[in-house]
Amino acid sequence: MAKYLLLKHYRGAPAAVNDVPMDQWTPEEISAHVQYMNDFATRLEQTGEFVDGQALAPEGAWVRYDGEGRPPVTDGPFAETKDLIAGWMVIDVDGYERAVELAGELSAAPGAGGKPIHEWLEVRPFLAAPPTITE
Amino acid sequence: MDEVLLRSLTPGVLAVLVRRGADFAAAEDAVQEALVEAVRGWPAGMPRDPRGWLITVAWRKFLDGARAEAARRRREDLVEEQPQAGPAPSVDDTLQLYFLCAHPSLTPSSAVALTLRAVGGLTTRQIARAYLVPEATMAQRISRAKRTVAGVRLDRPGDVATVLRVLYLVFNEGYSGDVDLAAEAIRLTRQLAASIDHPEVAGLLALMLLHYARRAARTAPDGSLVPLAEQDRGRWDTGMIAEGVAILQSALARDRLGEFQAQAAVAALHADAPTAGETDWVQIVEWYDELVRLTDNPVVRLNRAVAVGEADGPRAGLAALAGLDAALPRYTAVAAYLHERDGDPVTAARLYAEAAHKAADLAERDHLTRQAARLNAGRGR
Repeated sequence: MAKYLLLKHYRGAPAAVNDVPMDQWTPEEISAHVQYMNDFATRLEQTGEFVDGQALAPEGAWVRYDGEGRPPVTDGPFAETKDLIAGWMVIDVDGYERAVELAGELSAAPGAGGKPIHEWLEVRPFLAAPPTITE
Repeated sequence: MDEVLLRSLTPGVLAVLVRRGADFAAAEDAVQEALVEAVRGWPAGMPRDPRGWLITVAWRKFLDGARAEAARRRREDLVEEQPQAGPAPSVDDTLQLYFLCAHPSLTPSSAVALTLRAVGGLTTRQIARAYLVPEATMAQRISRAKRTVAGVRLDRPGDVATVLRVLYLVFNEGYSGDVDLAAEAIRLTRQLAASIDHPEVAGLLALMLLHYARRAARTAPDGSLVPLAEQDRGRWDTGMIAEGVAILQSALARDRLGEFQAQAAVAALHADAPTAGETDWVQIVEWYDELVRLTDNPVVRLNRAVAVGEADGPRAGLAALAGLDAALPRYTAVAAYLHERDGDPVTAARLYAEAAHKAADLAERDHLTRQAARLNAGRGR
């Protein structure tokens, strides 16, 4: 088994095919989309491949250490930041092919006009613990 | 096996052990072990005196633990000490336990975890699942909390307000898992109300019941939020509402108003209206005025602006909103709603989309996006 992170971006991914902001959909289209996402997660739980799924708020801040005895510096959000993560799903699957297959299904979630969004999702393998048998 | 009965006995049993001289952390572990034994053994035959049984077994577990400790550190006086044939756990003991678990030296999340475990009798695993954290994390949080309050003596009365804040947190931030935390908060508040005669305890219990009564109507089958005005009032639990109203009325009769009673009064006025249109918004505004006087909380002022919008029209609501900080949670959503009522769907749609962007939870974000979509779709794409 191998773990993969499926990353959804607010910003930074190539444009989706059906790229219409959600507040321009009909309420029914939004409901259909939410239902699809819930069903997808439920199905992965049933197949024993679901690990975690979380959504992130679009706004945050940059923080860094500012030296001994000083509070951390916070800054941002910076408008020019190219990449903005919207959320993720962690799956534990047999291999890369299955991860790609599932990401493809997730990307087919319905959007405006009830048609698939064709959204680009990033698939990233986890760096695992070293195996027991090494030679 | 009546788990609720079992857990209702927990705080009293724990309090007896502590009164007999057991330190809090060890006593709490002993009670947990006794509970596990009860879950295993009772289905085969319920003891005649469940509470006495639990006290005996927990005390024995505690002594076993103390003996093991003593074997390591040679001798310990406690081992020789026989359990006193003392009185059954009194109401005061239970009350002291609530104060201890909500002690001001604890962070809110620690106080919540310790209360659920020591007073509520939930297992660490159940609490961890309910708050969506790993079990090891929750175990650590609880044992640190126990260490923090280890030196606190149980003989001084605490501040009821701290206990109420913890119970309110358990009720309001109920997540998932196999334990219904909102129901658990109601059970613990009910138990507290039986131990202490205090109008704010009654006020909080009434507030919880009045909100919990609407629970079935709050979400659609697809999981989306249903706003109060659109809820199917036939699905509200009328028995629970009646109980909440009765508890509130006798609390208010004592004429010692506090914020929980005032909040419950608002909830009671909503529960009282056969339809959303028949809601007595004028009275609700009056209760919000009381709440502003009692707490001067900006969130209360925001809710008051909504009520003013209903009582005196959206313009008055927007005027009430004008003095508030736009960074308040839900400020933009309230502004969107008032602009829509004021006949400005363009501004409202823009504000709903902005509010969705700022939403703090997924259900609320989806709901606000739907509101924006509804108004945008109404104008054609």
